[in-house]
Amino acid sequence: MPHDHDPDHPHALLPPDPALRVRALETILTEKGLIDPAALDEIIDTYQHKIGPQNGAKVVAKMWSDPAFRTAMLDDPMPLLDEMGFYGRQGEHMVIVENTAEVHNVVVCTLCSCYPWPLLGIPPGWYKSDAYRSRVVREPRKVLAEFGVDVPEAKKVRVWDSTAEIRYLVVPERPEGTEGMSEAQLEALVGRDSMIGTALAKRPAP
Amino acid sequence: MSRVHDMGGRYGDGPVDPSDNAVFAKDWHARALALTLAAGALGQWNIDVSRHARETLSPKDYSRFTYYEKWLAGLADMLVNLGIVTKDELRAGHGTGISDLAERVLKADAVAGVLAKGSPYQRSDASEAAFKPGDRVRTRRPAHNVMTTGGHTRLPSYASGMMGEIVLRHGAHVLPDANAHGGGETPEHLYAVAISADELWGGEATSSDEVILDLWQSYLEPA
Repeated sequence: MPHDHDPDHPHALLPPDPALRVRALETILTEKGLIDPAALDEIIDTYQHKIGPQNGAKVVAKMWSDPAFRTAMLDDPMPLLDEMGFYGRQGEHMVIVENTAEVHNVVVCTLCSCYPWPLLGIPPGWYKSDAYRSRVVREPRKVLAEFGVDVPEAKKVRVWDSTAEIRYLVVPERPEGTEGMSEAQLEALVGRDSMIGTALAKRPAP
Repeated sequence: MSRVHDMGGRYGDGPVDPSDNAVFAKDWHARALALTLAAGALGQWNIDVSRHARETLSPKDYSRFTYYEKWLAGLADMLVNLGIVTKDELRAGHGTGISDLAERVLKADAVAGVLAKGSPYQRSDASEAAFKPGDRVRTRRPAHNVMTTGGHTRLPSYASGMMGEIVLRHGAHVLPDANAHGGGETPEHLYAVAISADELWGGEATSSDEVILDLWQSYLEPA
């Protein structure tokens, strides 16, 4: 039952079923001229089909392949991301961090779900989960092990908690046996989770 | 003094489920995201106001709601609190009459431009940076908004009262603590601050590990 006795929380007046709740809000806003349902379709299409981790993979493959590009990206990525068409909402202030033999980086937003949309799209369920948000800052190695990533004791784990409007992209270590591969071939090795830090880049098929 | 969203370091959540990896597990998730973005384009609130709307859900609601239910609840609360939609309209599930804001409606052909344009939060007008990379700092304790009681802040509780080191200087950014409450942007210098796992968690962690957070100048004092 909606509990409409709480004057501070009008949301309780909406239907209990979440799918109906979205529909009710959309109907109200459309009838008031505040929402164009076609714009909603366009936003959904953008994040389902146009903007996603394939963008980040392009950046990583190019950084692996082009030393001058890599240096420039580590120094100030924004002009280059703009040129590649990867500037936009929730990616206005990017910082690129590289995994190395000494450091493994992993990104979280403990306070909400901040994530570099123009490069990775909308975050997956686990990134927004209480378990990931609460635990990865305190016991990152255990959380990474749950993803199948075992970080050697000698390697430092650096957890980036995205508390401001800076968004972080992890560049995974380039796997062995990828010398001479083209950027397009390399892109296929770079999965979404490897750019958050909860996976490594894939090894090439032998 | 913390709120329920401020969960970094909390015990008891159990394992992470990497197979929960869908972006939109249900169709209505995508609709909720799109609805929130399109309503945001009316320009009646900023990102800090909308984050605070989700954070001020009751702990009971915050915990029982799935992710996009929190978004919907925050959106409904903002629409009513700002006088854009009435409680009667929420109750009825229908709008009565065209809103004065209707001329601002986001049209489908404007979506790509709005998403590509983004909303930069860096500003040029701020006082000089007090810290530089390598400087030792201590974070504010307790982690609360010093201008608005119970207000929005981006200093997590687990990182409060800790010694850290400045690692990056990000320039001046809009201060969420003010911007969430009609206090204007009051830009301040923003820094990436590294805090060692030892400092944060004592003996529970691997001592060489660290957490880096982005923190505004007023959250920090020299140490």
